[in-house]
Amino acid sequence: MPGWQALRAELHDKGLEIVTIGLDAGGADAVRPWIEAANPDHPSLIDETHIVDELFGVTNVPNAVWIDERGMIVRPAEPANIEHSPLQDMEIPDGLPERIHDMLVEVKEIRDDSEAYRAAIVDWVENGADSPYALSPDAVVARSLPRGRDESEAAACFELGRHLHDAGDDDGAVTWWREAHRLDPNNWTYKRQAWSLASTAPGEPSDLMQGPTDLYEGNWLDDVKASGGGANYYPSFQP
Amino acid sequence: MLTTSLDVESSAFEAASGWHLRPEGACNGDVCVPLPDGVRSSDGTRVQLDLLAERLGAPLVHDEERGLYAMGPATITGHALTSAEAPELELPDLDGNLFRLSSLHGRKVLLVAWASW
Repeated sequence: MPGWQALRAELHDKGLEIVTIGLDAGGADAVRPWIEAANPDHPSLIDETHIVDELFGVTNVPNAVWIDERGMIVRPAEPANIEHSPLQDMEIPDGLPERIHDMLVEVKEIRDDSEAYRAAIVDWVENGADSPYALSPDAVVARSLPRGRDESEAAACFELGRHLHDAGDDDGAVTWWREAHRLDPNNWTYKRQAWSLASTAPGEPSDLMQGPTDLYEGNWLDDVKASGGGANYYPSFQP
Repeated sequence: MLTTSLDVESSAFEAASGWHLRPEGACNGDVCVPLPDGVRSSDGTRVQLDLLAERLGAPLVHDEERGLYAMGPATITGHALTSAEAPELELPDLDGNLFRLSSLHGRKVLLVAWASW
């Protein structure tokens, strides 16, 4: 969040507003510590149902969508890192548990387009429709991720699971979330949300390790490896 | 969208799906899908969700045990977006106040999805 706040401070007078949306089935209570610590000037919203997946094609975080002054999307949902992660430069220490070691190996492989992506935002804010990064309506639709029957059905299954989770029907939630993961293995918000809930103790901060559980077939490390490793975790930035 | 019945209020469908029901059909931005007779009630206030979902290529998932239906998003373009026109998005902030994306008309907006997990 601090990176986005700095970007907003730089570009707000030039006509940019940032809206951050916290995806969390736990609602306001789950995201409150992060939002209160950041205390942002920009609208900071909560999306309990991951509705931005359905409406905008978000599939992982951070993802961002660019919308112009007329309410037209000029870049569809895409990876949106604007800061280099220090994790990527770290020397992996000896003696770590194997799973943590292997996760760090994959994290170091994650593509870092943060500099190019941040520069593209600045270019768009300064040049508007003349920016080479602002796409035509046809290109926006064509570049939004493929969505067939399976991906759409996964969204419906996730919604059922989220509703049942909220109603305290954990068995029902897991059943439908497993189905969502099977139908759309490329949607990481559906998977990471469920994995994190499965391995986070009540009242504790979200579990970022998201290791194997009895409830789900997948987990972060094995699914990243299955999809081609950390280098494929975020698609590369396409100007 | 989630529902216990396939006979739903038009306004509920519009709010949940980002589609608008107009005389020419179901519209998303500049894309309109004509609707055959029987999809809408004669006064237009209700729609038959299974028939509408079929027209939009939106799967309908049924949890028989719990009496729930969930409709997935439209697939008619084969892409996540049907149109480049941003749909309305209405979400709460920490205090429960609803914020509408359309209130930012006239500014450039960067919509950033993040999570703590």
